[in-house]
Amino acid sequence: MGNFLVWVVWVFAAFACLGSGIAVVSFSNPFYSALALIGNLGSLAVLYLLLAAEFVAAAQVLVYAGAVMVMFLFVIAYLGGEADAPWAGGPTWQSFAAVFAAGALLVEIIVVIGLKAGGRLSHEASIPDNFGSPAAIGTLFLTDHLLAFEVTSIVLLVAAVGGVVLGAHARRGAEWGSAAREEVP
Amino acid sequence: MTVAMLGPEVSWYLGVAAFLFATGALGVLLRRSPLIVLLSLEIMLNGANLALIAFSRHQGRGDGQIFAISVMAVAASEVVVGLGLIVAMSRRRMALDVDRLNVLRG
Repeated sequence: MGNFLVWVVWVFAAFACLGSGIAVVSFSNPFYSALALIGNLGSLAVLYLLLAAEFVAAAQVLVYAGAVMVMFLFVIAYLGGEADAPWAGGPTWQSFAAVFAAGALLVEIIVVIGLKAGGRLSHEASIPDNFGSPAAIGTLFLTDHLLAFEVTSIVLLVAAVGGVVLGAHARRGAEWGSAAREEVP
Repeated sequence: MTVAMLGPEVSWYLGVAAFLFATGALGVLLRRSPLIVLLSLEIMLNGANLALIAFSRHQGRGDGQIFAISVMAVAASEVVVGLGLIVAMSRRRMALDVDRLNVLRG
């Protein structure tokens, strides 16, 4: 019974995930794309929960669906979200090449995974009760992966500084914006 | 106490991850609005994250989840810088079209 229930939840989450992913790519309005991406991230969090990654699922909802997507929506609202249909403009051979390349990528990934790990993926290791809990993740972060933890903090600091620098430049550049327009063909 | 895995095997999750990655790659290649290119990049990163967490569950080790959290931090940084660039471009009244932005000089 429990197994069946997990299957049902998985099917719903997986199809919501794939459908909203396709929606992100195919909506012409960036605002709708961002909303579809929030759905994508939420259904991914459900898949993470099924894989016993509780802390990552919570962080996904808080950091991605909360902070990052709110920032996206603010910027889209600020820019006024110009509609841009996926097939509009541009030579059609480019679009066909893009679809072909993405399809080739999908086939390659599946073939490589199937060849390299196909036989060994069927029996999962059994895990302790606290697998993926905040305590387990914190212990791993502060013992085995301390360097990754510190490097992550430096990456975030550099990104914050970069954001501030870009914002300051944008304010100065706005004054000669009409001059810059002629430079871009 | 140990927990056995219910529901689909890890390979099903990997299939979803591969499909997500391909969808994101399609968006990056197909769309011209830099905002939607950034959104599609997020989908690609999330596909990789799902694969990491699925393998972490398969091996019964937490290291993959650590990697996934680091990827999330990198994605947040990337969004900060990318959105900053897009706002700077729009303030200079450049066209928001990745095909027409072909000069690095600002």
